[in-house]
Amino acid sequence: MECVFGLVGNGFAIVVADTSAVHSILVHKSNEDKIMLLDSHKLIAASGEPGDRVQFTEYIQKNVALYHFRNGIPLTTAAAANFTRGELATALRKNPYFVNVLLAGYDKETGPSLYYIDYIATMHKVDKGAFGYGSYFSLAMMDRHYHSGMTVEEAIDLVDKCIMEIRSRLVVAPPNFVIKIVDKEGARQYAWRESVKDAPVPAA
Amino acid sequence: MARYDRAITVFSPDGHLFQVEYALEAVRKGNAAVGVRGTDNVVLGVEKKSTAKLQDSRSVRKIVNLDNHIALACAGLKADARVLINRARVECQSHRLTVEDPVTVEYITRYIAGLQQKYTQSGGVRPFGLSTLIVGFDPYTGTPSLYQTDPSGTFSAWKANATGRNSNSIREFLEKNYKEVSGHETIKLAIRALLEVVESGGKNIEVAVMTKEEGLRQLEEAEIDAIVAEIEAEKAAAEAAKKAPPKET
Repeated sequence: MECVFGLVGNGFAIVVADTSAVHSILVHKSNEDKIMLLDSHKLIAASGEPGDRVQFTEYIQKNVALYHFRNGIPLTTAAAANFTRGELATALRKNPYFVNVLLAGYDKETGPSLYYIDYIATMHKVDKGAFGYGSYFSLAMMDRHYHSGMTVEEAIDLVDKCIMEIRSRLVVAPPNFVIKIVDKEGARQYAWRESVKDAPVPAA
Repeated sequence: MARYDRAITVFSPDGHLFQVEYALEAVRKGNAAVGVRGTDNVVLGVEKKSTAKLQDSRSVRKIVNLDNHIALACAGLKADARVLINRARVECQSHRLTVEDPVTVEYITRYIAGLQQKYTQSGGVRPFGLSTLIVGFDPYTGTPSLYQTDPSGTFSAWKANATGRNSNSIREFLEKNYKEVSGHETIKLAIRALLEVVESGGKNIEVAVMTKEEGLRQLEEAEIDAIVAEIEAEKAAAEAAKKAPPKET
């Protein structure tokens, strides 16, 4: 029931992820951030087995940081994506990670880019991509409304359309989503789309 | 005496580990490095031997980052330094991965010192021929720290210290002139200490400042030259002041 999707616009890339942490029929929390900052100009949105998701993305994050310290220069988005894919591929026939990843980044020379990497180490460089049951709806919406070179406002409008579609048509739709953006200024959180807030604990 | 320096796992009859002492000799031949701790920053300065004309000086960085908040300078065998620095960088990230916290300066110093000690107690290896000066800010307390390690694997914290060539003279100078200062004054003190043994000029010194907000900042040659000029002016003024007072009486 996890929904992750993203798209590339004019000088930026946006990724959206649902924020429910679910265990069978129980929702542990509905404000789990599944989009991690890989470095100042990269985002990694992951969905899949919860333990693997956190473990794998943190491992990639620390290795990207190590490269930066060793070489004095950060990895490009393409290099980071290929490294991630390589790690998934190496583990695949021994101890596979059940994690699907959308890696978005901005490079000064090549601009914004989005990589679709699934748990069996398939990698594609895409303009729009999605994982999970929500992908049936978000991909359809994006196929209809996406065009290259969208502005941030147009892209957010499309994202909202996708979220609306997921909320109305997916049987166990996640209530809340987080939207993050990466452009030449860097990677940062853009907004939340909440329909359910975790109830505050009453004072004793 | 010669029989006791081939295999370093062996003590000499009078309790010396000769290989370790020889490694310390190698350090004494390396270029001078100085570290000064201020109240809100830590400064590292290293002597730069004149670069060959055809050499790209940017590829010879003597003060390196281990993490966003930790930096290292060393004196001794630079090739050994590369190995230690690489291991330390991996450990910094590994620590962040396993405990989700950046390393403290003491932790990474203990790690590097531990590594140096391991190589004094293993078969077929020689000790690392370098002493390091490690600076940084502790992640949550935000206090600046300066540590030193040496080939034997001992380490300790310092307010100011020097290693490498003529380190004794620099340390003497620091003992006489150290005061808890901050900001620009710390940089001046570090450069003054280094100038005791190094030819003055931005070309011969590499200086970097670590602050809590900005992390490590390498000073430009022009900036160093300006501070050196400031120091020389102060020295000249002090000399003139010494000669002037008799007139007043």
